Amino acid sequence: MVPTYNFENADVVVGIGAADFLGTWPGSTEYSYQYAQQRKLSKDKKQMSRHYQFETTLSITGANADHRTPIKPSQEGLVVAALYNQVAKLTGGAAINAPAIQVTNLDKAAKDLVAAKGRAVVISGSKDVNVQILTNAINSLIGANGKTIDFGAASNLKAGNDTAMAAFVQEVQQGKVAAVLFYNANPVYDYPTGKTFGENLQKVGLRISFADRFDETASLCEYVCPDHHYLESWGDAEPKRGYYSVIQPTINPIFKTRAAQESLLTWAGATNKNYFAYLQNFWRTNVYPQAKGAGSFENFWTQTLHDGVFEPKTVSASIIQPETQVNNSNTNDAARPLTQPTATPAATGSGVTFNADVNAVAAAIGQTYKANSNATELVLYEKSGIGNGDQANNPYLQEFPDPISRACWDNYLAVPKKMAVAMELVQGDLVKVEGKGYSIEIPVLIQPGQAEGTVALAIGYGREKAGKAGNKVGKNAYPFASLVNGTMSFVAPDVKISKAKGKWEIAQVQTHHTIMARPIVQEANLNEYQQNPAAGSFRPVVESSEGPKSPTEINIWKANGHKYLNHSWGMVIDMNSCTGCGACVVACNVENNVPVVGRQEVINRREMHWLRIDRYYSADPVPEEAGLIEKNRLLEEASANPEVVFQPMLCQHCQQAPCETVCPVLATTHSSEGLNQMTYNRCIGTRYCANNCPYKVRRLNWFKYHNNEKFDFHMNNDLGKMVLNPDVTVRARGVMEKCSFCVQRIQEGKLNAKKERRRPKDGEIITACAQSCATGAIVFGDLNDPETRVAQMWEEEQGKRGFRVLEEINVRPQITYLTKIRNKA
Amino acid sequence: MSHVVSPVREPLVLGGKTYADVTEDICRQVEAKPTKLWNIAFLISLVLLGIGMYSAYRTWWYGIGEWGLNKTVGWAWDITNFVWWVGIGHAGTLISAILLLFRQKWRTAINRAAEAMTIFAVLCAGTFILLHVGRVWLAYWCLPLPNTYGSLWVNFNSPLVWDVFAISTYLTVSLVFWYIGLIPDLATIRDRAKTKTARIAYGILSFGWDGAAKTWQRYEAVSLILAGLSTPLVLSVHTIVSMDFATSVIPGWHTTIFPPYFVAGAIFSGFAMVLTLMLITREVFDLKEYITIQHMDVMNKIIIITGSIVGVAYITEFFIAWYSGVQYEQYAFLNRMSGPYWWAYWSMMTCNVISPQLLWIKKIRQSVVATFILSIVVNIGMWFERFVIIVTSLHRDYLPSSWAMFYPTLVDIGDYILTFGLFFTLFFLFAKFLPVVNMAEIKAILKTSSDIQLEAHKPTVKAASHSEAQTRPAYNKDAE
Repeated sequence: MVPTYNFENADVVVGIGAADFLGTWPGSTEYSYQYAQQRKLSKDKKQMSRHYQFETTLSITGANADHRTPIKPSQEGLVVAALYNQVAKLTGGAAINAPAIQVTNLDKAAKDLVAAKGRAVVISGSKDVNVQILTNAINSLIGANGKTIDFGAASNLKAGNDTAMAAFVQEVQQGKVAAVLFYNANPVYDYPTGKTFGENLQKVGLRISFADRFDETASLCEYVCPDHHYLESWGDAEPKRGYYSVIQPTINPIFKTRAAQESLLTWAGATNKNYFAYLQNFWRTNVYPQAKGAGSFENFWTQTLHDGVFEPKTVSASIIQPETQVNNSNTNDAARPLTQPTATPAATGSGVTFNADVNAVAAAIGQTYKANSNATELVLYEKSGIGNGDQANNPYLQEFPDPISRACWDNYLAVPKKMAVAMELVQGDLVKVEGKGYSIEIPVLIQPGQAEGTVALAIGYGREKAGKAGNKVGKNAYPFASLVNGTMSFVAPDVKISKAKGKWEIAQVQTHHTIMARPIVQEANLNEYQQNPAAGSFRPVVESSEGPKSPTEINIWKANGHKYLNHSWGMVIDMNSCTGCGACVVACNVENNVPVVGRQEVINRREMHWLRIDRYYSADPVPEEAGLIEKNRLLEEASANPEVVFQPMLCQHCQQAPCETVCPVLATTHSSEGLNQMTYNRCIGTRYCANNCPYKVRRLNWFKYHNNEKFDFHMNNDLGKMVLNPDVTVRARGVMEKCSFCVQRIQEGKLNAKKERRRPKDGEIITACAQSCATGAIVFGDLNDPETRVAQMWEEEQGKRGFRVLEEINVRPQITYLTKIRNKA
Repeated sequence: MSHVVSPVREPLVLGGKTYADVTEDICRQVEAKPTKLWNIAFLISLVLLGIGMYSAYRTWWYGIGEWGLNKTVGWAWDITNFVWWVGIGHAGTLISAILLLFRQKWRTAINRAAEAMTIFAVLCAGTFILLHVGRVWLAYWCLPLPNTYGSLWVNFNSPLVWDVFAISTYLTVSLVFWYIGLIPDLATIRDRAKTKTARIAYGILSFGWDGAAKTWQRYEAVSLILAGLSTPLVLSVHTIVSMDFATSVIPGWHTTIFPPYFVAGAIFSGFAMVLTLMLITREVFDLKEYITIQHMDVMNKIIIITGSIVGVAYITEFFIAWYSGVQYEQYAFLNRMSGPYWWAYWSMMTCNVISPQLLWIKKIRQSVVATFILSIVVNIGMWFERFVIIVTSLHRDYLPSSWAMFYPTLVDIGDYILTFGLFFTLFFLFAKFLPVVNMAEIKAILKTSSDIQLEAHKPTVKAASHSEAQTRPAYNKDAE
């Protein structure tokens, strides 16, 4: 079982292995929120968590860590064992016997964990139960259980059983299976031996799929009985133990589909085939009794529907069961031991005690892991956009750039720089990856932070029957996975990589990866910040005849800026709590009908995103004696294991906008509420505004992106167009567009308030990006209203952490960024 | 127009031409059937125009995406070509207006063609204005026209609007000036016309010119007024074009040196283009006695001066970038020199700054072949100058996350070819159907600056050998 972690209580977080809790883990949205609460700083909160990450490929979580150490998957167990020993030494416990390993930052991590006893947590992404047991042991030593780890509210997300699945595949092969129903499952694609499984599927007598399309598995089924889309269905969920949620339809079914549950009820010969009735009945008998004082069931049901979630005040203890008895181990975490010594945290109410034999576990780890392996290890990972590939046909997700590599429309082999140099590879070169009897040719991407001797490849690509957008995008990496000791291991410990002929260009929205020592992102360390809240900030000064001045004190306009008498819409972006996940990017695309342009157009550097998250890697320090040209060249090189910073970049709604003055036809003008607005039907497309935008956030409609066969994504047919937001214009060819601060929402909010004869309240009008931000890093509101959070944050951080990007050119953005504070030891 | 010319000056008209010779030599190619060479050249121009029209169709029908532009580089070949053509167009006005006011008589042989070139070049520049906008069917919104959109006006703050005014004024004034100058010559052709069509056509075109003294007087007055009007345009047009860049916030564009630097560059490239065309014309139409080595020499000197001004401007930009202490500015210039477009920068430096210095050598300055090659080199260099300013400044500006490269597409190239096709089609039509040299003005200097006259006044040489010439209408009694 996977417990719920509570990062809000964790002063020290140590992640080991594929512990991407801010990125691709189930529940990452909740974890991101909790994590950000720790990372946020204000005048009343000058402390934040310290985060260590030991991982192979650079993940979102690793990118956010204060200290990140690249490790090979073959070292993972030993790293955990070493950490255990160090923690045990500091807490006076007995050491375990495991091969020694030298890992940077491990001693610091151990020291911090022990110092923050009860307020620290160690998490492991390992599929190896021994590693998980040892992780539990460390957590037990540092008193994490019940504090930062909640075994009570265990996660049900993505729960599954690899062994059972393997047995099923075996049985299919042996022809022992008479009937199979595929519900939200596509093993022909995503099972490592999916191809053989597909061939063997013929041996199954009855094959039914509930898929909404003839996907890889459904196309091999006899019957496809498409389920409703989730927006068309009733349903319920228990994502975490003790958290019940109801799913209700928002539209009538578009196609002649039937809820899978209704199909099952029909086939089961139920008297009442209505699934809604069944669902209500289930809640009446199973959930309603837990609701005390909710009144009648109808009241309870209506209230739950309204809230969307039901949380019983006390979770019945019977839900928590000792792991040895639970038959649903998880693919993602704390896999059940099958062949190894059974040792699990035993549940005692809401707390747990650790009672496993760590020495036995250490012995097993000592056999499995090596401190120095010479093999090239392949790590399979999920990208936060495409995930496991079931949404591969969503063009928004395909075009969503990976937060780390900023590449889209492909998977690729992430290789460390050292390996690329040794093999004379440059980005886009095709290589052949061989391992486990499977081989693919795939382009390489040089990934800073990738552990030496390892490569990484994303799963979720190479779909054959996903649909128009998702087919043949990238290569399928699932066959590299394999079952190890009963759990699916997404590591191929020994792959052969050889240079292949040809090139395949990777579509990236950002091709320059370092910040070139520019004060665009301002950074400081926590200790500096505690001394001086303005630490790390760059305040440009302009020499004038009256002495040095801040750029904003100088103006050629007599009025010195626009006057915003009513509202002044603005934003504060906290670089500390932005994890770079990119949810805002997709939210913005969907809200604002941002066109998808496809791989080739992204290669042409013409993605239309109004909001992007710039990702910068740090460069190694440049020697003082280097010449100017040499310095610039060195600054372009990202470090081998860089520090990473994410900067959401959108229209800054400058008060003195350079785009506005240059438009010959006044298509872009300033509103009386601080918005830089784009009048699409006045625009003639000179692109002067985009050239003169220092932030490069303006996007031209290079082509007609709707009703155009060349852009057959979601704006080329009636069904796809249902995605479009009716409140937002679909822009014509030749027209410039950009972030509008979701002006349609502002107008709606103002009108609603006006109808009720009141001022808009804070939080009532919110941009799509701010709404989708799990960490609250983006705060939007009226700067003129002192009650709003955005105004208060600006007031508080002015002259401290608050800075405007490129303040020296005096364009006066309405967006304030807060200095990134790291908590390095 | 008569005035004293020092006998030590080099003659401007060679071959002992008389008034009749001038008329005969210049009208010959207008009246004769097109030569084979002309036919071939014209056909090639039409092919280029055809290729270009296909590219223009693609640009207008499918969108600006047919070009290699992207989110970071919003202008590249379009505005490079625009500025390049506008720059080329500068020589015409300079020659016809400023040199007229300065009474530089050598201009008479070349001003007609130079002005024609100006007009065609400005038309080519205008083509790029229309090609580069995303919605060409609404391009007229750049004009301050009365309208029903709630009286929506243009943005008078925008340098692009200034551009529209500057370019359209320039085109109008140049066209009028050029045409007024043509009228006496058109009347000459009319009077000599042998076919009815030609008589009617040139009759209409010559506006009923009667050659009366009063008409000539008015003509002179109008020319002077138009010269006065055009003179500020020589400086203003490229100044305003430079403001497209200078008023922006982009490092490498935001530079106060731009107006004089652009004007010098424009004259530089314009003179080079005039040389290219004139050297061809004097060969093809056998006008070596009117467009002399002396003309070439004088124009080469202007090229040295303007080329050097441009060179100083390049170096000044670097100095200011360093002196400003602005990191973005410094990077922009270092990047020009050593970044991914270093080859464009060094092509520019070689073509514009280094190669014109060869013209200090008299032998090169007076060599037709060397001048012809250098004139083309200068225009290649000036094209690169605009490319360097536009693309290398944009492709790496403030935020490194948006840094990008620009690669031209076939349509980019095709649209450039379009303007070459347009330019040469118009130029060959002009060369065939209109007098390429201003007969009236040549005749006006014949008395003072032709070789026979200057020869006659040289103290050591008697003019006896020219007695036959003296009997012709060109004979100048005052000179005796």
